[in-house]
Amino acid sequence: MSVGDQTQGSAQVGPNLEVPASGPGLWERLVDRLDRAAGSAFILPAVLVILCLSIFPLVISLYISLVRLQFVSSGIQLTFVGLDNYAKLLVGIDHVHFLGQAAPPSAISWIVVGLVVGTAVVLFARYLRGGRLSPGGLVGRIIVTVGLCTLAWLAVTTLAPGGRPGTLMVTLVYVFVDITFQYILGLGLAMLCVQHLPGQRFFRVVFLLPMMITPVGVAYLFRMLADTSIGPLYPIWSALGLSNTSWVENAWGARAAVMIGDIWEWTPFIFIVLLAALESQSIEPLEAAVVDGANRWQIFWEITLPDILPVSTTVVLIRMIEAFKIIDLPNVLTNGGPGTATESLTLHAYTIWRALDIGGSAAVAYILLLTSTFCCLAFANLVRRRFVEG
Amino acid sequence: MFKRRGGSVSSLSGGCAIFSLLALVIWALAILFPLYWLIVTSFKTPIEVGNGPFYVPFVDFKPTLDAWHYILLGDLQRDTFRPYLNTIIVSISSTVLALAFGSTAAYALTRFTFRPKLGAVGLFIGCLVLAIVAIYLGVPWLLAVAAGTALFLILLQTIARRFTRSLGNNDIAFWMISQRILPPVAVVIPIYILFQRLGMLDTRPALIITYVAANLPIVVWLMRDYLQSVPIELEECAAIDGASHYRTFWSIVLPLSMPGLVATFLFVLVFAWNEYMYALFLTSAHSQTLPLTIAAQNATRGPQWWYMSVLILIMILPVIGMAIALERYIARGLLVGAVKG
Repeated sequence: MSVGDQTQGSAQVGPNLEVPASGPGLWERLVDRLDRAAGSAFILPAVLVILCLSIFPLVISLYISLVRLQFVSSGIQLTFVGLDNYAKLLVGIDHVHFLGQAAPPSAISWIVVGLVVGTAVVLFARYLRGGRLSPGGLVGRIIVTVGLCTLAWLAVTTLAPGGRPGTLMVTLVYVFVDITFQYILGLGLAMLCVQHLPGQRFFRVVFLLPMMITPVGVAYLFRMLADTSIGPLYPIWSALGLSNTSWVENAWGARAAVMIGDIWEWTPFIFIVLLAALESQSIEPLEAAVVDGANRWQIFWEITLPDILPVSTTVVLIRMIEAFKIIDLPNVLTNGGPGTATESLTLHAYTIWRALDIGGSAAVAYILLLTSTFCCLAFANLVRRRFVEG
Repeated sequence: MFKRRGGSVSSLSGGCAIFSLLALVIWALAILFPLYWLIVTSFKTPIEVGNGPFYVPFVDFKPTLDAWHYILLGDLQRDTFRPYLNTIIVSISSTVLALAFGSTAAYALTRFTFRPKLGAVGLFIGCLVLAIVAIYLGVPWLLAVAAGTALFLILLQTIARRFTRSLGNNDIAFWMISQRILPPVAVVIPIYILFQRLGMLDTRPALIITYVAANLPIVVWLMRDYLQSVPIELEECAAIDGASHYRTFWSIVLPLSMPGLVATFLFVLVFAWNEYMYALFLTSAHSQTLPLTIAAQNATRGPQWWYMSVLILIMILPVIGMAIALERYIARGLLVGAVKG
């Protein structure tokens, strides 16, 4: 404030004094200099914070993932082990935990993999023949094609009956199932909320609430609700004759519990953003369509959906970024179990960290970072760009 | 401009309207019933919880304040009060700091032109790598950091002019916002070691700084989009009148972007309030936050739903109250940014 006052003062007083020869004084020059550096001064704190607490730890983390770190009495002892930590996860003793147990591929899994690989290769070939080649685009597309095929193979072999998905696959299942349901539910609710219906304001406020509740709380809440003997749904379970079984003991049941909790918590986010997008839709095309005799379904597919697609891809991308970090729900709701069935990658890294294998933990974290970056960038470049740029 | 304000072109016919309303009510119930169950459970005795579901107070069972008494005034009072205070202090101060740093950065990114030289960035990374290698080879870290900084500054002064390719504002914004992709677990181990070295493990400042870094990308992203929608004319008038950039920012830009600031504040506060991952790594007894206290209930005594319900309720009531009070702002502020994509 005082800096601003000084500048203003000098601007008014300067001409009255009529001393052009001596020029501005030291204080004015300082103020002027400060003001010209305003841009840098505004941006510097943020840059420093990010450099010190995101970039710097990230580099160190990469280094830690290449060493074996031991806490000894005199501090920390580091032994460089190269890619051992990664090898342990991908092919070594931890690979069942991390990648999962593959089932022998059946006919269906071959068909699914064939379809995915075929689509990826066709898309890649179309890009090659499209004539708009650039080194960056080419490398990016090769990475995406290879990555997608690998993930498809992993998904098919570990999710098939007889296989057991590892933490990597479980995290991916969480992300994709959660976001699909959240988007469908959020879009449906937003579509309903823009109609003239009684109690609109009430619904809007209520639909916002789950987002505000701490995920740890949500986890306990759903553990309570899922209880088959003392939970509120006891009459239903007992009618089905299931009152003494705990569905959280079944691997997929436990995963479903985690996913239901996550869907419950984060549907509101997609809902409020899509609601705003729908409300800012301009009305003329809709009126024109009604005049032309289009039905509700046609209006939705031809006008509304294309209108909100750019926002939709943004909000899905944001959810994707956050969904990869899931830890609280599986940790509290099921404690990662039964066995390691519900463990997400973050939780996996945490359990290894608890076992004091710091290097292994950093390696898991780095693979999580790579997977999450891969999925988000692939989504942003391949899906989002197409819709946003029309 | 004609906007459709919360309505569609044609109003729904009777049957359709009832069906829509029914769907809304079902989802509202799906949200409210778990919360209702939480409240009801907090007024039960252990025996009532253990004997199966009782739904309506006074009809099915006699509500009691035992659990509330135990948590707020009884044995657990000190165990609850300290994490609660920690949560309040950590979340509010980290949110305010993140807003301060993030909104100034967002303002700079929308109103000034930055052209950092690509070469200079490379130079910085090179010096950083050199410093790290030096530390690894046994040079004291303070010396290595100082030497690295000095080398970087000297090289910047001498050869930086030769670089021609440079980055723009959008690159900086993308760099900042993309930090949100970083999973906390990928950076928390070095942060843990850093704070251990500084003797700051299990303190509030350590948690506050970490939260600022984690939430800064959201602030930059939301505030940048919001500030782009704030008209620039007033600032130009202020500049002609001789106000400095600092003054313009403080007395013109900040008041104008209040809705965006409030929405961002609420958003970041909720993130910090509910954060679990960093707190799990960086705190233990002294500066533990509430999510950890709640999570720990299970490990120590088995699920005691009645106490847990009270804890969860006292934790979520403030944010829920704030969300209801500020719902208007969320619609007006947050969404300008999000909707523009």
